[in-house]
Amino acid sequence: MPPCRRVGGHVGAARAAAPVAAAVTAARRGGPFPWAMDGFVGRAAPRPAAQAGSALLPALHLPLLPPHLYRPATSHEYKLNFRKSKEACLSYIQDAMLQKQWKRAAEFLTFYIESLEKDFSTEYVGPSEMIWRIGTEILCHHSHSSMKEFNSFIEQMKTLGVKRYLKVCLEHAFHLLCNGRTDEAYQNLSLAESWRFGEQTTAQDKELKLIQAYRGLLDYYSWSKQKNVLLEYERGGFEDLSVEQEMHSSFRKAAVNLKEIIQIPGVWDLFVKCYVDFLKRHGEPKKSLISVLKILHDIVPSHELMIDFNIMLQKSKKRKKRRLGLEVIFAALDYAGWKENVKAWSCLARQVKQIIISEKHPDWIKQEWNSRKDWWPTFHFSRYLAKRNWQENESLAYEKAVVAGILLGKDCKYFKYVSHQGCKDQKKRFRTLKKFVNKHSSVYLRISGLSDSSV
Amino acid sequence: MKDEILCNFWRRYLQKSQQAYCNRPAGEAIKVLSGCDSSTDVDSEPERPSLLHLLSFSESDGDLLTDCSFGSSIGKVSESTSVCSGSVDGSLHLMKNQKDKLRMSMPMTLSFCYMALLWLREPMTLSDLLRFVVEGHIPYLNVFQCFPEKMKLYGLDLKIFCVESWPVYEEVYDKMLQLAAFLELPRFPDITDSCFLHPDMLCMKYLMEANLPDELHNWTCRVVKKIRIGEADFLTFAPGNKSTRKVKYDVLAAAVIVVVLKLLFLLNDHYEWLLSDFAEERNKNNKEDGLYFEFRKWCKIIKGSLDVEQKKLDEERAKYLWRCEKPLFYSAKKKSKVLKRRQIVVNLQNQFGKLSGSVQPAEKPHPSSFQLNWSEENTDGSCFHGHSLKGILQEKCGLLTAMNPDYWLCTVKLCTEKLCGHLAHYRDLDFPQSYHFVLRLFSFLLRIQPSYIHEEVCMIEHKLFNKKLYKKPKYSPGQRK
Repeated sequence: MPPCRRVGGHVGAARAAAPVAAAVTAARRGGPFPWAMDGFVGRAAPRPAAQAGSALLPALHLPLLPPHLYRPATSHEYKLNFRKSKEACLSYIQDAMLQKQWKRAAEFLTFYIESLEKDFSTEYVGPSEMIWRIGTEILCHHSHSSMKEFNSFIEQMKTLGVKRYLKVCLEHAFHLLCNGRTDEAYQNLSLAESWRFGEQTTAQDKELKLIQAYRGLLDYYSWSKQKNVLLEYERGGFEDLSVEQEMHSSFRKAAVNLKEIIQIPGVWDLFVKCYVDFLKRHGEPKKSLISVLKILHDIVPSHELMIDFNIMLQKSKKRKKRRLGLEVIFAALDYAGWKENVKAWSCLARQVKQIIISEKHPDWIKQEWNSRKDWWPTFHFSRYLAKRNWQENESLAYEKAVVAGILLGKDCKYFKYVSHQGCKDQKKRFRTLKKFVNKHSSVYLRISGLSDSSV
Repeated sequence: MKDEILCNFWRRYLQKSQQAYCNRPAGEAIKVLSGCDSSTDVDSEPERPSLLHLLSFSESDGDLLTDCSFGSSIGKVSESTSVCSGSVDGSLHLMKNQKDKLRMSMPMTLSFCYMALLWLREPMTLSDLLRFVVEGHIPYLNVFQCFPEKMKLYGLDLKIFCVESWPVYEEVYDKMLQLAAFLELPRFPDITDSCFLHPDMLCMKYLMEANLPDELHNWTCRVVKKIRIGEADFLTFAPGNKSTRKVKYDVLAAAVIVVVLKLLFLLNDHYEWLLSDFAEERNKNNKEDGLYFEFRKWCKIIKGSLDVEQKKLDEERAKYLWRCEKPLFYSAKKKSKVLKRRQIVVNLQNQFGKLSGSVQPAEKPHPSSFQLNWSEENTDGSCFHGHSLKGILQEKCGLLTAMNPDYWLCTVKLCTEKLCGHLAHYRDLDFPQSYHFVLRLFSFLLRIQPSYIHEEVCMIEHKLFNKKLYKKPKYSPGQRK
């Protein structure tokens, strides 16, 4: 096809050319009429800040917003099809929502809703998610909407998309909880938990787990309330079997749920804490507590419950448990958050001392120390830290010195400094410590593998 | 009377495309068509296609009564037909693509309508027709709602009857040309200067609508006369005659007005403001003797109204509803799902409708031919009909001419229409903003792209300056009128 000559307005004019052309360019620089005002005479480029939005506020101009979210520029097109009209509708909705004009957003949403009915075209993915989210926003903020309306809206949304069912249920439950409707939330969660839909159940596995977790949490709360009620009764000398029964059933339900949940990798802090607290108060055998905490240790070695865990394990009669305890406390102290925690250090100190004194299982310490001997000295036992710890917290320094002395021997910087300072200050325990370390210096050699040729 | 016209057109179409009224209708599945004796009475044949009727339309009171019943060529569905479409030949219809380019489609029904209107020389242009369709005054979007009960649509019929876009002017117009040629229609009744579609009449209408002075009408008539586009031979539609260029009456009239404005005001983003300043000065001092037309003031007022109208149009585009109460579905299996969906949609619409708080307009406004209205009774002085062009005219040899000595051509050379489909191309950045504004105004009124009007403007200019353009080999198109 031969190229078409696109000839502009000022080509080829002989006499009139110069003044006309000059006039045109002159005028364009900002002529006598302010053409550039808004979209009507607007040229091809879309105008982001065109004021065709609302009469109340100027349209927003958000530089990082993708272009299709701008206020739709004046259409220079007189064509229209289904898809374009719904796209335009959507940008009006988004515009209104950004400006918090809920009535206007609701108005445009009514026109957008028919895009759910698209039975006869293969293109166009269902907009039901869009409608769900926009509708939720509007109903949350609109002054005339009520909880009842919200619930009925959500129920309809649940029927719209099987792939989203659990997500909708979960968010519905959150919304109810935020509005204080715990019972309704519980009912919803229970219903959702029992939902089964072939492949979809496995596909939406994550949501299902969350639902279970939250249901378990709600069980814990109701258990907790019931327990308090019972305590009140006891104080008053009453007894109430029904409450007690309820309590026990709540407990059972919660326990089952929570136990399953925390085995899944992820951050379940809130749930685990509740669960542990729950188990403790309920007087569960240590065994189940320990198993839960073990799981937690695997997932989050630096968790604050690890200290309690270690204490629990140290007291155990089983060798395995005590071994685990040592592992747990070492692992916890690997993290910078525990560097200055006196309790943690005292746990480690106590356990390590005990092992040395009993002369049983120094290999435990060796095993734990092996992977740490390269970096713990700089991390925990530098001279600078010695000075600082001594200045700031004597107990901390003491506990750490115990550990340092045993692990690094009496010549280590930390131990030397602290013990020297301590002895200078006539603190009795430091002298005891010094004697202790001196006495067991051979142990240090064995631990550090210096005198051991077999590694 | 109209029924007869459309009816005859329709029968002719079916005959020519061999879907009915002939000895061997195409396709084996058509058992329902009984014989080929044509009957003149539409009502007695439920199997015969019924047509789109347009009953009397009078422009003055803007009343439009419509009665619709449009169908494909088959009414009843016999049991031996295939299930993939409610109509007997739905699948056939969609399968044939190469051979038969004139398959019926929804836009083509509008071509039929327009053809009938043209034959009858009704006072409705194609742009008016399409605007009424979009505004919902003419059944088109969900026309199957009006079908008789026994016509069930499903399956592939949906592809034909489900309308998901506004009809496009160019498409409908081109289809009409093809249709007329296909049906081998004779020359249409003459368009004379008393017809609504004659440029003189249409220019008058558009001048009023655009709020331009009545005096401009003299100029449009002069231009029309000079380039001989007011003659019946030029204007009348003759499908058989392939050499004549077909006329789009509304676009032509708009283009004439644009050319006249260019002649009088030059529209080079400079001269028109000078003239306007002069008129303004004069108007300040003489308020009694009738006002001179000020271009700047006109622009401001028009721009204001158009911004409002454009904004309304944009919102209407976003709010356009494509579905209706009677949903379509592919097959009986999907029926329940579709109906359930419909129920949800209705519920949600009600729920959010209540929250939107706006009062829904009770009825659609009546269709009117004029989109913008200006009245001399308005005291704010926003009506320019009565303004005078005296300030920009001068008398020479007993004839009124423009003071403006110059003219610029939109294009020096026209494209070959056969090759690229257009006479000229338009890019708004290449032209003065005043020109662009004027194009945009008419583009809005006619609901077509500015480039179509620009094309007609080029065509008119080339006719107007024909002698100067094509006579001498060395040519400079700076013109004096």
